[in-house]
Amino acid sequence: MTVFLLRRLLQASGVVLAMTLLVFLGVYAVGDPVEILISPEADQLERERAIKALGLDLPLWRQYLVFLGNALQGDLGRSFVFNEPALRLIFDRMPATLELALGATFLALLIGLPLGLFAGLRPNALRSRIIMAGSILGFSLPTFWVGLMLIMVFAVQCGWLPSTGRGETVTILGMRWSFLTWDGLAHMAMPMLSLSLSRIGLVIRLTRSGVRENMVMDYVKFARAKGLSPNRIVFVHVFRNILIPVVTVMGLELGGTIAFSVVTESVFAWPGMGKLIIDSINVLDRPVIVAYLMMIVMLFITINLLVDLSYSVLDPRVRLESRE
Amino acid sequence: MARNGWAAALGVLGLGVLGVALLPGLAVAQGAAPSLTMAVGAPVTSLDPHYHQLSPNNAVADMIFDGLVNRSARDQGIPGLATSWRAVDATTWEFKLREGVRFHNGNAFTAEDVAFTLNRVPRVPNSPSSFALYTRPITAVEIVDAHTIRLKTAVPYPLMPTDIANLRIIDKETAEHATTEDFNAGRAAQGTGPWRVVDHRNGERIEFARNEQYWGGAPAFGRVTYRMITNDAARTAALLAGDVDFIDQVPTADLARLRREQRVVLSETIGLRIIFLGLDHSRSGATPFVTDNDGRPIEPNPLKDVRVRRALTLAIDRHAIADRVMEGAATPSGQFLPPGSFGHVPGLEAPRANLEEARRLLAEAGFPNGFRITLHSPNDRYINDARISQAIGQMWTRAGVRTNVDAQTWATFVGRAARQELSSWLIGWGSSGGEASNPLRNLVATVSREKGWGASNRGHYSNPGVDALIDRAMVELDDPRREGLLREATSMAMADVGIIPLHIQTNIWAMRRGLQHEARADELTRAQDIRPAAR
Amino acid sequence: MSISNAPVKVETPFRRFVAGFCESKVALAGLAVCTLIILAAIFAPWIAPQNPYDLAQLDIMDGRMEPGTVGGGGFTYLLGTDDQGRDMFSGILYGLRISLLVGAGSALLAGLVGATLGLLAAYVGGRTDSLIMRLVDLQLSFPAILAALMILAALGKGVLNVVIALVIVEWAYYARTVRGSALVESKREYIEAARGLSLPTRRILFNHLLPNCLPPLIVVGTIQVARAIALEATLSFLGLGVPITEPSLGLLIANGYEYMLSGKYWISFYPGIALLLTIVSINLVGDQVRDVLNPRLQK
Repeated sequence: MTVFLLRRLLQASGVVLAMTLLVFLGVYAVGDPVEILISPEADQLERERAIKALGLDLPLWRQYLVFLGNALQGDLGRSFVFNEPALRLIFDRMPATLELALGATFLALLIGLPLGLFAGLRPNALRSRIIMAGSILGFSLPTFWVGLMLIMVFAVQCGWLPSTGRGETVTILGMRWSFLTWDGLAHMAMPMLSLSLSRIGLVIRLTRSGVRENMVMDYVKFARAKGLSPNRIVFVHVFRNILIPVVTVMGLELGGTIAFSVVTESVFAWPGMGKLIIDSINVLDRPVIVAYLMMIVMLFITINLLVDLSYSVLDPRVRLESRE
Repeated sequence: MARNGWAAALGVLGLGVLGVALLPGLAVAQGAAPSLTMAVGAPVTSLDPHYHQLSPNNAVADMIFDGLVNRSARDQGIPGLATSWRAVDATTWEFKLREGVRFHNGNAFTAEDVAFTLNRVPRVPNSPSSFALYTRPITAVEIVDAHTIRLKTAVPYPLMPTDIANLRIIDKETAEHATTEDFNAGRAAQGTGPWRVVDHRNGERIEFARNEQYWGGAPAFGRVTYRMITNDAARTAALLAGDVDFIDQVPTADLARLRREQRVVLSETIGLRIIFLGLDHSRSGATPFVTDNDGRPIEPNPLKDVRVRRALTLAIDRHAIADRVMEGAATPSGQFLPPGSFGHVPGLEAPRANLEEARRLLAEAGFPNGFRITLHSPNDRYINDARISQAIGQMWTRAGVRTNVDAQTWATFVGRAARQELSSWLIGWGSSGGEASNPLRNLVATVSREKGWGASNRGHYSNPGVDALIDRAMVELDDPRREGLLREATSMAMADVGIIPLHIQTNIWAMRRGLQHEARADELTRAQDIRPAAR
Repeated sequence: MSISNAPVKVETPFRRFVAGFCESKVALAGLAVCTLIILAAIFAPWIAPQNPYDLAQLDIMDGRMEPGTVGGGGFTYLLGTDDQGRDMFSGILYGLRISLLVGAGSALLAGLVGATLGLLAAYVGGRTDSLIMRLVDLQLSFPAILAALMILAALGKGVLNVVIALVIVEWAYYARTVRGSALVESKREYIEAARGLSLPTRRILFNHLLPNCLPPLIVVGTIQVARAIALEATLSFLGLGVPITEPSLGLLIANGYEYMLSGKYWISFYPGIALLLTIVSINLVGDQVRDVLNPRLQK
């Protein structure tokens, strides 16, 4: 167990290290942050001052070493744009993204599970076919296009929902959350829905194939033979068996959902981490880009680790030492 | 039974989904004092008025602070914290300060605060673009009394009142040990301006309350929410949906609809931002993105030939661009500044498109069959930038110069332009201070480290005649004579086609009916310019 | 995979596959639409009335015309024009080309790279295996959209750059899939026999092992084509995909969206429909292919 954890940790730091190096080189390749940030009136002297102020006068490898040294002390640098610690900027925006991603996941389960269950139980019914075609549509619709259409219809044409932004928030544990106010929920509805569409499709398909595979298994036949009611078989026994893989996949997908909220947040002006990273890429705000990507990688690694650990707890046959 | 169970389950689910979808757009409750919600397109990055020389930051700084000199809607200097100013001798400017003015925290405003501000400006740590440019000419600061201050320069410096308007005055006591973070948190953002900061969420929104004691009279609104919505379509949608009362940077695509819309009024004025094409003057040999029709480099650089440059400018139908691409939100121009600005050359009109003449000039220059060129352009910086470039591509191609358009994000584009990798490019310039010395010095003056000229002269255009005229204008304290010199320099640079001016952007704001706004030439979006409309 | 090992009777695996595929009418319809779209894309230069990339053929005076309007040159714009006076019908046909090219091109290249590495990992095993699989882990531990964003930010816009970015973010899926099935296959007798005959590694890998790993590869491939097209559209929408002078469907949508509010729906709407049809039809086909090839669902 400890060996496993240690190895995973080592592997994680390797990934993070490789990633920071890539980002450093990448940003360096794109261009000069000073050119973007500086006033066009700035003369040569002012440019040189700015380059020095941002620590960009050192050779790239020195900049990288400085960054690594500071990172080891928990300092990921200050944003070139905001002059605030990059990590703090990200943590400030994190609740907004988290509630969006979690909300989307929840919505996907809420809508996808019953639909998938139905489609799995009656695979040949017309309604099931419509559901399955719908799930493909859910997969296929580009998120940004859905977002734009939602704004057009619900905010501009009908005026039912606020078009963009985050609305009222409530502060809990020093972080702002909007899912606790009506106004906040109203603002959340459209971004959440557009982000969850493809996840709904995924849940429907996972549930459906789970049901189809489970329904032909021996335990179902046995339960039927025992005379259990069909409802009980489906909702208690089969449902429990398919819930585990579905929830696991959605958990694994959470990282992807958080990453993909980059698109949703840009469309809905949702002030989360995704919006921050897009803006930062546009102005080559390297410290923020690096810090954000490190956060995401850590998040992915943590999620994967949790999934592996919970598997080993649930199923003793899975040995942690081997990944396969 | 199972079927019924299903139907029930789906029904409940459907209701739930509908319920979420039907949540009414709960507008923020309106209190007794009128409040205002604005949405701007460009994010404000800091509340520190000396941290980053950036228009959105300056707009917000104008709301919280004042300069000694403020700027009118047409960008002319008007009394701010100084009531009057004059050059007492060739190298000394004296400013008389306004009396009885207090900062938001109650501290009185004195000459000490001015001296402190001038001292702080070049020393803001980590500043990506500081305001030091405007304090550099000052060699000494002399406090005559609590309400008189003198600024000394090494050489006569006519631009002092123009430059000083960029520097917002902060409270010495509050800011002495404050960092940019303290300003961002609102603690140190104590100015003399019409609005107090209540709350600031980086890149998302700023909440303001009015300064009841403002020396210029308390503003019309009790509270202002200043939101940042960078997506153009989303900003317009927010206005149409009633989520915000006021937006800036109205996309030209929405103009037609907004003009028809009963609920909305527009406010517009010709701006100070010229969109132009830069050309590579630096290479005498082949320039990288110009080739003959078989793709071979051309030596010498055809862009060094004034006949070719003239052909390129004559091939462009500026009115078509203004009408079709900009949907009327631009004025074709043949010089840097719009009429009415200091240094505008009367009678220097936008060149009329003339394909015949363009072809003739090309043939005369030795290119009867034209050549090929790649026009580079940003696609996320100026209004319709990539669209304008494509339109120019059409027009040049028709004149025989086969044009390929390469539109990139600003981050990529500006890096390449700065490294002088391009042959021709579309770019813009906003003339701060609204006078011609600003574009002349930055865009067409010979690049010089000592003088600090040619900061954005990326094509390294150089014309000794133009330089000499700017040199003289920069030490001429007599305004009419200075304007004459600036006009002469502008005419000379334009006749030589140092750059190819296209049009000057129109600045457009939109608001719900019932509001009125004084449109500003300098593009700044400030709450004090908005009032409830007189009925 | 059971198909390849089933004793060959009268019906070949391929015939059985076709028969299985034809069971679903929806999938057949998807296949028909898909074929139509591919043909339209291939023959775009002959079908399209205008070359939307040739700036000389465009006229801004014909910009933003409604569908069915006759332009200055006496030419009818079936689906209207965009801001540059680009005929939308031609624009969509050429846009399809770019979208499909990017989707299929990146899927093919990624499949090639991924399959080769996956085969190698499975066949050679040991240190090579763990090295390749660590790379796969690294790639999969990072969200595709972010990786593509970063790569494109560094490379700049361009069709080729988008393909490169997509290959980099996608190869790992193929590698993992191929390795999985190759591990199973390589334990089988015919591979043992081939090794026993000491055939060259390359031949064993590509002539014997690969064909038997194809079914899952095809399934992943079809789905990845659709994914790549959607991803490209998203990247273009965010301003980092293909350049405006060579618009893909995604870029046409993004370019036209600004005009939606002012009622000029056609600039964004029709490309949107084309994109939707493309992705949905490919997904329908891919879905049925997976169902047919999935042994657990076979009767």
